[in-house]
Amino acid sequence: MIDTIHRILNSLLLAALLVSCAVAEQPILSPTAGPTASQVPATPVPPTELVLMTHDSFAISESVLATFQRETGATVRVLTAGDAGSMVNQAILTRESPLADVLYGVDNTFLSRALDANIFEPYRSRLEDNVPPQLDPDDRERVAPIDYGDVCVNYDRAAFDSALAAPTNLEQLTEPAYRSMLVVENPATSSPGLVFMLATIARFGDEGDYTWLDYWADLRDNDVLAVSGWELAYNQHFSGGPGAGDRPLVVSYATSPVAEVYFAEPQPEEAPTAVMTDGCFRQVEYAGVLAGANAPQLARDFIDFMLSPEFQSDVPLNMFVFPASTQAEVPPVFIEHAAHVAEPLTMEPGRIAANRERWLQEWTDAVLR
Amino acid sequence: MPPAPDAPAPAPATPLSGRPGLTALVAAPPLAFVGLFFVFPVASILIHGLTTGGAFDPVAMLDVLRRPFVLDVAWFTLWQAGLSTALTVLAALPGAYVFARFDFPGRRLIGALAIVPFVLPTIVVAAAFLALLGPRSPLGLRLEHTVWAILLAHVFYNYAVILRVVGGVWSRLDPRLEEQARMLGATRWQAFRRVALPLLRPAIASSASIVFLFTFTSFGVILLLGGPRFATLEVEIYRQTAQLLDLRVAATLAILQLIALAALLFAYSRYQRRLAVRQRLVSRLQAARPPRTLTEACLVVGNLLVIALLLGLPLTMLIERSLAVQGGYGLGNFAALFGESARGALFVPPVEAIRNSLLFAAAATAICLPLGLLAAAVIAYRRGLLPDAFDALLMLPLGTSAVIVGFGFLLALGRLPIDLRTSVLLIPIAHALVALPFVVRATVPLMRSVDQRLRDAAAVLGASPSRTWRQIDLPVVGRAALVGATFAFAVSLGEFGATLFIVRPDAPTMPIAIFRLLSQPGPLAFGQAMAMATVLMVVTAAAALVFDRFSSGASSAV
Repeated sequence: MIDTIHRILNSLLLAALLVSCAVAEQPILSPTAGPTASQVPATPVPPTELVLMTHDSFAISESVLATFQRETGATVRVLTAGDAGSMVNQAILTRESPLADVLYGVDNTFLSRALDANIFEPYRSRLEDNVPPQLDPDDRERVAPIDYGDVCVNYDRAAFDSALAAPTNLEQLTEPAYRSMLVVENPATSSPGLVFMLATIARFGDEGDYTWLDYWADLRDNDVLAVSGWELAYNQHFSGGPGAGDRPLVVSYATSPVAEVYFAEPQPEEAPTAVMTDGCFRQVEYAGVLAGANAPQLARDFIDFMLSPEFQSDVPLNMFVFPASTQAEVPPVFIEHAAHVAEPLTMEPGRIAANRERWLQEWTDAVLR
Repeated sequence: MPPAPDAPAPAPATPLSGRPGLTALVAAPPLAFVGLFFVFPVASILIHGLTTGGAFDPVAMLDVLRRPFVLDVAWFTLWQAGLSTALTVLAALPGAYVFARFDFPGRRLIGALAIVPFVLPTIVVAAAFLALLGPRSPLGLRLEHTVWAILLAHVFYNYAVILRVVGGVWSRLDPRLEEQARMLGATRWQAFRRVALPLLRPAIASSASIVFLFTFTSFGVILLLGGPRFATLEVEIYRQTAQLLDLRVAATLAILQLIALAALLFAYSRYQRRLAVRQRLVSRLQAARPPRTLTEACLVVGNLLVIALLLGLPLTMLIERSLAVQGGYGLGNFAALFGESARGALFVPPVEAIRNSLLFAAAATAICLPLGLLAAAVIAYRRGLLPDAFDALLMLPLGTSAVIVGFGFLLALGRLPIDLRTSVLLIPIAHALVALPFVVRATVPLMRSVDQRLRDAAAVLGASPSRTWRQIDLPVVGRAALVGATFAFAVSLGEFGATLFIVRPDAPTMPIAIFRLLSQPGPLAFGQAMAMATVLMVVTAAAALVFDRFSSGASSAV
């Protein structure tokens, strides 16, 4: 596949040089990777390629993918399609003639939309027995939970001490002691932002004396900063992030401290950041066989493979989420530095889909206007 | 092409006038390209978005347009684009003058480097601007989440467009015209306003229209530097498609954006025709000389200072960040980027991202340059409504939401005999669509400016039309084409939005790799992202220098 790409691109490159006569006599930009041993694909029955459509954050070790290729004799082609939202929408748009066999990366905030559009072919892997039932809200077996992560407020350890302890619950964030300390993401443009908004709705409710909107009004009075995405919030505004910003509290993931240790050279004993384990909302990612897939049997095999201990154990350090299967081996650095949230907030995907637009509008009016 | 060696028939006004057949032939390839990869996909997605319950329902648009936020967003989009464009022209015009008229040490290098900001992904620029203007600003300025940050970033991005397109024409205006005006008692300002400006107006309008399009459809800068309080139509379209999944609203907003831009572009090309002035062009070498007086020296130094502050400072911040490692400075981030042990968020080795980017850029340039030259010939050599509409059509991809184009590909390209929807070729094709207007804009003013008397003289001397074109028009066009090619290459290197929304094989480009690194916590990922951004800067600068070499070769051949 890659060879084909290179061959096509190399010939285009050549065309570029021929077309522009001024360029013709100059040395080429040297595309050194020429095609190696070219494989002649025999016309296959059954199909020998599995196409996986996923979002941009997908990552897995090449050696793990190679296992699937070795076991099935099929190659895996990965297509990336933007963030989770645009990926789901693209899968829906192409439902008549799907681009891929397996879709991976739809989360519980978009799940209902994908299920309502009937893009999946029901399939239940026997390996789903190893997945805790609370991760699996779909009783019609159209998708399989692959991994989960909790969106939580993270704090910069250096900013808190005995004089001012780090906050331990959502309510405290509205107190004057934590004024101007929190940076959040805009739920309208950011996935963790949306999930954190859902957390506040799950906690404070949609009606009553003190609703989630009252909570946000209090956060606003306490000078919460909303930015468009996680990259900005964490990398620029968070004092514990690489940009050394001026806000010691940020909406991020329960696993962010793991990356702070794992991606540091040398690795510190203790992560410089920590997690407030109250008010965390669980985000689950699913995979499913696309209806009308070219290679339905391979697709089912791939779902099995994604739930296998080998794939599941490779998930944590590649995507910084927890594996869904209890059979997975979670790396020690993960166990040691990730926050374990005993009782995360959750919400039924149908309720999210039904109210998403209204909630986003209400949030925007309450926080930004 | 019918040769007419021995019968000097009445020479055509331009190489294409009075030849509808040839014009159609020349126009066909760019038209087919834009039709297949822009009009068809975009029309498909817009119709899909406005279809409710199986029936096409354009009246649904009215419901959307009545919502109060639409007017707010449209108005903000318009005024910030207008103001950004005006500021960019004001900032870059003196620079274009200095680069066109004076020779000074480092001129070529700085001129080539000025294009670097143009390719940087917004997420990287946001990091640099926040370092400069955010919480830890060394200048003591806090501009984050203000419209000033947006405007500054827009000038930063587009400075090179004005500098290179206007500078390219200016350097070939005969300097004796201005000198004569000065000798007749005009001040430098008067000489500029009365002599140079009228001659430059086509190039200014041409490049300013590109800047307007770019800022009108600004996305990343608004999101990242403006913060959630600001939204352009483009931002809103993204929100509606990727987050709310409401294609009806998205399609309506996209149509609103398209109509506004099409009207503007059409008006522009009518205006542009009236501006075209035939003039004598000279070789660039003849036009540039070292500054002689103190005023001239101050002009040069002043403009270099503007460039240093406006472009140099943010770029320096980026390099500084890429060199920052735990406990000081070093090359650790670069080593991590290229080392075997590259642990990180990347699915492929970073080096592969660099190679992908270069290959895509070469392919995009290869697609774009011939199409752009053909299109420019039609626009420059023919008059009337059709060529004007053609010109506007070519510009539209620049002003269309990347999400809309990406989604349109999915709907439309599945209906073709060859399913291109997941082809890796879509990436250079999308890049070429965005780059096409640059090639056209850089070439048309020069094609139009060729003195008709030269062509007449050549015809009288017995040259065939094709030979006349080759020997009179082509050399002038050559340099412009290279300016266009530089932009095409650079646009492709830095392109992020359109690439992101194309369903694509896992062959990340440099901007996509940077984006992935930045979505990962931990000190190494951020450092590597900055290192990768620095590599992108270096590659772009190198490409610009290479193109610059060719272009001087082309002009010395005149």
